[in-house]
Amino acid sequence: MSTDTTETRPADASPDRPGAINAVPVRHPGRWVAIAVIVILAGMLVHLLVTNKAFDWRFVFQAMNQQPVIHGFLKGTLLVTVLSMIVGVGGGVLLAVMRLSDNPILAGVSWVFTWFFRSIPRYILLFTMGTLGILFPQGIAFGIPFDWKIMDWLGMSGDWRFFTLDANQVFTGIVAGVIGLGLSEAAYMAEIARAGIMSVDKGQAEAAEALGMSSGKVMRRVVLPQAMRVIVPPTGNETIAMLKDTSLLLAVPVIAELFYQLQSIGSTYYKTFPIAVAATLYYLAATSVLMVGQYFLERHFGRGFGTKAPRAARPAGAGGA
Amino acid sequence: MPLVHAVNVTKSFHHNEVLKGIDLDVDRGQVVCLLGPSGSGKTTFLRCINQLETIDGGRIWVDDELMGYADRDGKLYRLKNKEIAAQRREIGMVFQRFNLFPHKTALENIVEAPTQVKRESKKTARERAMKLLDRVGLADRCNAYPAQLSGGQQQRVAIARALAMQPKLMLFDEPTSALDPELVGEVLAVMRELALEGMTMIVVTHEMSFAREVADTVVFMDGGVVVEAGPPKDVIGNPQHSRTQAFLSRLRSEHEHP
Repeated sequence: MSTDTTETRPADASPDRPGAINAVPVRHPGRWVAIAVIVILAGMLVHLLVTNKAFDWRFVFQAMNQQPVIHGFLKGTLLVTVLSMIVGVGGGVLLAVMRLSDNPILAGVSWVFTWFFRSIPRYILLFTMGTLGILFPQGIAFGIPFDWKIMDWLGMSGDWRFFTLDANQVFTGIVAGVIGLGLSEAAYMAEIARAGIMSVDKGQAEAAEALGMSSGKVMRRVVLPQAMRVIVPPTGNETIAMLKDTSLLLAVPVIAELFYQLQSIGSTYYKTFPIAVAATLYYLAATSVLMVGQYFLERHFGRGFGTKAPRAARPAGAGGA
Repeated sequence: MPLVHAVNVTKSFHHNEVLKGIDLDVDRGQVVCLLGPSGSGKTTFLRCINQLETIDGGRIWVDDELMGYADRDGKLYRLKNKEIAAQRREIGMVFQRFNLFPHKTALENIVEAPTQVKRESKKTARERAMKLLDRVGLADRCNAYPAQLSGGQQQRVAIARALAMQPKLMLFDEPTSALDPELVGEVLAVMRELALEGMTMIVVTHEMSFAREVADTVVFMDGGVVVEAGPPKDVIGNPQHSRTQAFLSRLRSEHEHP
């Protein structure tokens, strides 16, 4: 901090005052025992991995390199994770803001949504999504609600519908998967986002309001960026969980998915264990990448909170005044 | 008409009447200090002026504008949040606990409202922000985050942040109460300078020397009412009311034997 550290240290000077400490450190024999045990166990693991024929590494890498497997990983696993998390995070923040609003109807809707989607197991939710088309045999139309009733009253015929989607086309494959996983995720993210928003000191919103910011700006510019510091770590968890939950897409059913594709190769060649290894390697790799991403996100939203001094005390004049 | 004109302001929290009919006029360029024991309602009254609290009764005008309501033919209509936000733009506020945005640097804190609320260009806003930082003696700390600044420095940045909106009126809510004693002086010095430049200020404070030297009017509040108001030499120097006398002597004895 201060620049005037010019005081002299008398410790080195006179013999009757104790000087620098040069003591014997505490020994940790237990640590050495633990290290020895770990080294032996690690050696056994490596030996197992290299010598055990059941691993069949050639087959593992061949299976991982198949076109349908790579396609399943990119589309069914990565793409669905990304899309579902976009739906989940966006929906979750929206639900959290609704839940914290003064409007009892909005707060109630948010509560009911969270209650409903947290109650259903994802596997069953995805299965249900795949069958939802049965509710809309005439398709999903966009137009004036209750148009046939209004027409009836007016004594007219025809409809006020602009376009119609085939429900069996909507509730199928990847789309059904993303809807199901995204809505389920939104319910969990709502709680995470709510905790994040509530963690921000009330004085922050007051200071922003006193500057004349609208309530939307207060939320977007002041509260949410600070809430993110609390929201990001559990969201990283959720993303990793989502990556793994994409293997439930089979319930929809979606077959353009990593584990289904690997399994079908495994059953063709009667090799199940190497397939499990191949899937594990894929998920390990994807999770590692996500963890790196989370590190950078945490660093970004942790600005101004750490004890580190990232870019303090640069000389004045940065404003160009 | 005075810049701030408050008539019969009342406010309750859960049946607890905190303000029981406050009248206060503040002329342009005046400095008014609100004194009083804790719980007397002075902070609540200050927060009512820029509508961080809504009042239950009475009226507050700032610069001839009725705060929080539109008066059409004697009937009051509550303003929309957007309109209330617009009224707040004219009023700067400094908080006891600074409330700087911790995720933004000192400079970003000051630039935020002019660019986001007034839609000023980044360049103009930054130029004025640097001038303001220079004025509060912190130009060299412009890129520091609040956590890297002392309490006194944070409060000076907070004052600069409020001034960046070029307000007509500045409200200070116990601006030095959260500070270590040796840091109080630097914040009061900035406020003193601001008063000399003619800023209209309402200050809730326990700093008697500041009130005595800087205030044009001192208002002593207790139990939700104004007990005594007048020039500092009268209210502080020669208080007429027994409650004022008791408060001041208690403050003095605490000062002598902390």
